[in-house]
Amino acid sequence: MSRNSRRDFLKNAALLGVATLPMSLVRLSFAKSGDDFTFAYISDSHIQHIKGNQFVRNWDMGLKRAVAEANLLVPKPDFVVYGGDLAQLGTKAELDHGAEIMSALKYKTHYVMGEHDYYLDLGAYWEKLFGPQWHSFDHKGVHFIVLNSVLTHHHWTYERWPTAERRMAEMSGLDNPNGSPFMVGEKQREWLKNDLAKVPKSTPIVVFSHSPLQKIFKGWNFWTDDAEQVQAILKPFQRVSVIYGHVHQIQYNQIGNISFHSVMATAWPWPYPQSYALAESHLPVLTVPMNRADPFFERDATGWQFMNVKTGRVDLTYQLPNNTTRTVAFNAKTGKPGDIAYQEKTKRIPPQDHY
Amino acid sequence: MKYAIAAAFAALLAMPAALADEFTKKDMERWQKDFDDAAKLGRALWVNDAPIKLGTNGVACAQCHPNAANTHPETYPKFQKQIGRVAALWEMVNWCIRNPLEGKNLSADSKEMIALQAYIASERKGVKLAPGKH
Repeated sequence: MSRNSRRDFLKNAALLGVATLPMSLVRLSFAKSGDDFTFAYISDSHIQHIKGNQFVRNWDMGLKRAVAEANLLVPKPDFVVYGGDLAQLGTKAELDHGAEIMSALKYKTHYVMGEHDYYLDLGAYWEKLFGPQWHSFDHKGVHFIVLNSVLTHHHWTYERWPTAERRMAEMSGLDNPNGSPFMVGEKQREWLKNDLAKVPKSTPIVVFSHSPLQKIFKGWNFWTDDAEQVQAILKPFQRVSVIYGHVHQIQYNQIGNISFHSVMATAWPWPYPQSYALAESHLPVLTVPMNRADPFFERDATGWQFMNVKTGRVDLTYQLPNNTTRTVAFNAKTGKPGDIAYQEKTKRIPPQDHY
Repeated sequence: MKYAIAAAFAALLAMPAALADEFTKKDMERWQKDFDDAAKLGRALWVNDAPIKLGTNGVACAQCHPNAANTHPETYPKFQKQIGRVAALWEMVNWCIRNPLEGKNLSADSKEMIALQAYIASERKGVKLAPGKH
């Protein structure tokens, strides 16, 4: 760390009253040479309106902390991605309040749509604040794609519920049997095909979606119904990474040429699907789970991510308050992502056992 | 009055003897329904859809515990490291009501606390008892 950046860091830390920021946050932030670059990823803040100007304090604090810490990164990340579910019930009050907290970020930010943002007005107000529901951009030789993966059947969306509020409430319950499976949908898949038609197959592709573009557990929508069709569109490319939110936990997987990574929530953690004994689920066997949450530490098992794009692969470093930092990096030897400390069975620790 | 009591007593004696440990299929159905009703109320409280609200900020148990997962009723009572002693499940439920939900403790024998535990247990059917397991 240069003397200047250390001084700035300490100054910022002092301003924030954050005396114990993990130093790895700073150490890991050094840019690599060449085309390597970094970006930050914040997701699932679930800003929840109580009434008037009151919002749930706990969820506010999670997002504020992530924003403050991301602002301390030295050198600065090239951009930030927000992974969806900024709001809890998609209201203007929640989206405005979330956008206000996010406005303290010093970086260009790309937003991904979550179901909690979408199902009140089908993304109308969100689009006004954050831009189109799906788009692509190029950065330092990598082609980035933002998808809205939380769409569902026409009947469920437009005909089943008497009011928009009811539709939002039904979709907001993760375990609500009245919900409906997420999908990217035909229209967006066509757009994706066209968007990728002009991209050379050797270009690294990074896709941002809210739901996993793989099937893990349908009961909680750890699932995208047309995942296989989307994967088929991505298959011709040599290096593809999919980064998703929604699951509030660490997951990663490799399917063919596609690496999958989930990100943490800033709001609260979710159980691993195998913790629900009455239903079958399919957590990727590659995944070494995050530590079980200790709810007595309000921010435990929440966090945000710092991502290093190296030779077109995405390495994730999870910033976990009250917990050891985790890094999941692409392992060129195995051709799969792996946890740099815990991947081997013998290296795992009891808190990673979920039941 | 005396005659009336005597008559009632005589009528009781005339009834087929009801043995204390005998119950019918109908009884069992009724008791099961009582449990199911309790679990149903528990689920309604869990998702913040009951007339009584557990918290003050609109946060629901289900937000962190979909299908009551990660509540581990089969492990209680157990040493709870944050409390420093062996604790019962209902104490942990109250912890959640006080903290994330910003509400007030329920009494251990309240209808609502019993309903919450009925719901939690119903989502954990078939899992072996493991008292004390962390």
